[in-house]
Amino acid sequence: MLNYLGFILVLGGIYALLAQSLMLSWGVTGMVNLGLAGFFALGAYASAMLTKWGGAPVPVGLLAAIVAGGVAGLVVTISTLRLRDDYLALVTLGFAETIRLVAANEVWLTGGSDGISGIPSPFPRDLGAGFNGLYLVLVSVLALLALAALNRLISSPWGRALRAIREDQTVAAVAGKPVTRIKAEAFGIAAAIAGLAGALYGHYTSYIAPDMFEPLITIYVFLAVTAGGNARPLGALVGAYGLIVFVEGTRFAAALAPGISAVQAASLREIAVGLALLLLLRFKPAGLFPERSQKAPIR
Amino acid sequence: MLQTLVNGLIAGSLLAVPAIGFSAMFSVLAYPNFAIGALASVGAYAGWLVNSQWGWPLPAAFAAAFLIAGMVAALAERVAIRPLSQAGALMMAIASLAIGLILENLLRFGFGNDLRNFDLPIARDLRIGELRIGPQQIDNVVIALVTMILLWLFLRRTWLGRSMRAVADNPDLARLKGVDPERVALIAVLIGGGLCGVGGTLIGLDTSIEPLTGPRLVLSVFAAAVLAGLGSIPGAVLGAMLIGLVEELTVLELAPTYRTASGFLVILLVLTFRPSGLLGARRA
Repeated sequence: MLNYLGFILVLGGIYALLAQSLMLSWGVTGMVNLGLAGFFALGAYASAMLTKWGGAPVPVGLLAAIVAGGVAGLVVTISTLRLRDDYLALVTLGFAETIRLVAANEVWLTGGSDGISGIPSPFPRDLGAGFNGLYLVLVSVLALLALAALNRLISSPWGRALRAIREDQTVAAVAGKPVTRIKAEAFGIAAAIAGLAGALYGHYTSYIAPDMFEPLITIYVFLAVTAGGNARPLGALVGAYGLIVFVEGTRFAAALAPGISAVQAASLREIAVGLALLLLLRFKPAGLFPERSQKAPIR
Repeated sequence: MLQTLVNGLIAGSLLAVPAIGFSAMFSVLAYPNFAIGALASVGAYAGWLVNSQWGWPLPAAFAAAFLIAGMVAALAERVAIRPLSQAGALMMAIASLAIGLILENLLRFGFGNDLRNFDLPIARDLRIGELRIGPQQIDNVVIALVTMILLWLFLRRTWLGRSMRAVADNPDLARLKGVDPERVALIAVLIGGGLCGVGGTLIGLDTSIEPLTGPRLVLSVFAAAVLAGLGSIPGAVLGAMLIGLVEELTVLELAPTYRTASGFLVILLVLTFRPSGLLGARRA
């Protein structure tokens, strides 16, 4: 039971990082990332390959995942920065699918659909509950660090420029903001955070495979961020833990439903996720922690 | 090589049907509908039920696919997506993603993940010199072409079709002329969703169907629509043909598994170098 609780909380912390990523790009800047699962996968693979086969220590792997996520974020946005935002949605969707295809097919590089097992972890696994506890501390500290950093970034002049761009790109450009550069920076940072989340996931479970990074993860994170409040770091954090409780809750609820097969139970759970997202978008789009309007500083 | 060319054109003509559906919806509703994959699956299952469970002929299966997928799309638009229009196009796009997830899993709940096949007579491939073409493939191309011609006639010759084009062009002006944009939007979704359903059935006839049959198509459909400029209907046909060829070439030169990845690459290249699409459509 304690182990299960530890697992849930670690998973919550990892989703909290993913939620911060989406909060920054979508909620604050208005850039929809439908390929979040792809950046998550990229980070997981970058760190796993480097530490398992390259023999690098885990912190180096985490750093590599951040860099890989950030660089991929820049590459993906560069082609669409000057276009309408729906193009970015299409490109990111394709990006995630392509990452999954490469991970499943380039056996020499990624282990193919068998995945990578025996990924090293920063703490000895034979500690049992101690391992869970230490990892929980690590993930929670990183999630809180991301929260604090994004809180500062968003209330900085740079953060105000992001919101200005979200509301009206043309006006922001007329006001002298370097719109394309700022958008690229925001998306790059967001993608880097998703990469870090992926690496933490791989080192925790010790095993990753292409199937784990399906598009459903992206929808999970949209649900978390919408529930919490899509432009507030605190909202993203609370939403992520809420999501994990909801998803685990549907697991128990589906187990209680009589006379249905495992496939049917799984499909019911996904339907619940889709319905929850639709209902939130319709009836509580601002989330638990709505965005506060910032007063202009007095000079 | 000639075989690849022919295969590419066949694949492209099947792809063109849902690509037109996507473009028709995008041009009138102004948001990308991410439920198209699931709608294609819904149509494919409707067609399969009518054909192999009830034993009706293929034309009835196509009619069922069009009607059911179209009505499901219109219902989703009315109940879940249209109420979000104040929140902007991106919110509607995200809602359509959730709709897609729900539809895909409703199919999985009802039919499971097993592969289903249409009730087709086994027939020998036609051979023309070195070329091999399945008779069902020829039928499929004919059905795809007939669908496109019907749509073209509808858009050109009927009052509703003309109002659809008017709303796509300039919604305010259309309203001034007495066109009800709400009604036209609903018709556009009905037709767009229906075309996705027909597309799903065509793919199902070519291979087999499962809940993911449609969603697997999505990237190729997007690539086809972006290639010629989002929202252009003749462009979607041209784009689909080109994507069909590119994908067949990928299968020939690389691994078959990278078929959809080549669609993504095309999207990236086109958006980087010629964002308004090959035909240089009006929107950018």
